[in-house]
Amino acid sequence: MKKIINQTDDIIEEMLRGLSASYPGLVHRIEDSRVIAKNENKKQVALVSGGGSGHEPSHAGFVGDGMLSAAVAGDVFTSPTPDQIQIAMQEADQGEGVLLIVKNYTGDNLNFEMAQEMAEMDDIQSKIVVVDDDIAVEDSEFTAGKRGVAGTVLVHKILGNAARSGASLDELKQLGDDVVKKIKTIGLALHAATVPEVGKPGFELAEDEIEYGVGIHGEAGYRREKLQPSKDLAKELVSKILSDYDKQPQKMGVLVNGMGGTPLMEQFIFMNDVLNLLKEQNIEVTFHKVGNYMTSLDMEGVSLTLIDLDDETIKEALESEVITISW
Amino acid sequence: MQLTAKDVQTWFATFTDKIRENKEYLSDLDTPIGDGDHGNNMARGVNAYEESFEQKQPETISDIFQVFSMAMISKVGGASGPLYGSALMNMVKETKGLETIDSYEQLGNVVEQGLAGIKKRGKTEFEDKTMVDVWEPVAQTLKEGSLNKEQIAQAKEHTKDLIAKKGRASYLGERSKGHIDPGAASSALLFDALVEVVA
Repeated sequence: MKKIINQTDDIIEEMLRGLSASYPGLVHRIEDSRVIAKNENKKQVALVSGGGSGHEPSHAGFVGDGMLSAAVAGDVFTSPTPDQIQIAMQEADQGEGVLLIVKNYTGDNLNFEMAQEMAEMDDIQSKIVVVDDDIAVEDSEFTAGKRGVAGTVLVHKILGNAARSGASLDELKQLGDDVVKKIKTIGLALHAATVPEVGKPGFELAEDEIEYGVGIHGEAGYRREKLQPSKDLAKELVSKILSDYDKQPQKMGVLVNGMGGTPLMEQFIFMNDVLNLLKEQNIEVTFHKVGNYMTSLDMEGVSLTLIDLDDETIKEALESEVITISW
Repeated sequence: MQLTAKDVQTWFATFTDKIRENKEYLSDLDTPIGDGDHGNNMARGVNAYEESFEQKQPETISDIFQVFSMAMISKVGGASGPLYGSALMNMVKETKGLETIDSYEQLGNVVEQGLAGIKKRGKTEFEDKTMVDVWEPVAQTLKEGSLNKEQIAQAKEHTKDLIAKKGRASYLGERSKGHIDPGAASSALLFDALVEVVA
């Protein structure tokens, strides 16, 4: 394992110090905590999100005007703890309540729910929007629902815009639940991530193998096969997502997300293939985004997120100006 | 049998040692069906417990459970933190005002309250391939008047052939078969430590 780190125990602390020191004009760190908050707090419903570390720029990279009010970092690939989430809620709340945006993983759900109970004691009102955009493992009757992955970033953006425009906590919860249904993601890996504390990749893939449907912590996916050209990979992912919509949208947004170890060159090639496929389906793409948004440490791979944009207001929300480190 | 506050302290100190010794084993169990960090997460929790115990020097059974609970909630994260935390929080309530735990039955009730905390927080049932699969038979066996390591090992092994219905392993469906649940394994260490104290 080769990593630019010091002690594995200090990774999160040092990352948060480096991050907050690099963008003092935008965000600050709540002392002795793992919370990154925006400097200017306007009177609006606060949006708080977070999750394990290792997904950078998620989530701190999306703190700022028009997106998140605060983000909480957990240990690597491990949900933040309730006391830390509570600190973020206390900092972010402007008396209008707090909307928590949570990726659908058991640990995240449990810790955010506990934080919610703790914040109730501070008289902070809150609601949770659970993002479960990953369709890779949906059909198994044994799953605890679908996972929450890269589509979460789009939820941050859309709800951030609505919150800034003055939407109430109830309205944001409703909008969030509606939007999540429009977003579908599926990923693939060429090489698993190496958690620094563990020191070896989460799973082994042969030199010429890829795995479809992996999660953002390197959880296994639904199929393993020989590496194909980009356009064949795109075909698998696009058709899998499109067939998951009850009614095929006319207009869509595309997010090609790098998992951390994939060069932008490959991400653009993959985007080109995705756009060609969507064109063949007569789907108009009205929003594009390419880059590393919800990474998985050094995992090599990409995920594809499609969002139904038949509703113009959602497209406008995605295009609104924001001031954050990474949007 | 009788369990004093001192015994409970020894129980958790023994558990702390066992987690440290088995850190890699627990993470290895978690690698094929989770994300490979259960050992590290639990180690963070027991380290925090030890530190907090030194600072606060809790003297009653209930207060020791309290310190342990907060350490798990605030340091472990993931699913294990709130699940162990909720279990222990219930055990704090169940032991309020108790000087000693005086019978297997009483100890069984305490563990059963912990189990109820896990089930409620995690919305889990027996044979979902989670820590419940160890806590439930342990609570039952204690109430019937005994507990030994074979029974605990059996409960842990039983998770091997189950299909996971909760947690990250559940995303694997059928492929979760053949692996011992890491949460069940760490729970087995907790109760192995208990057996050593009671014996």
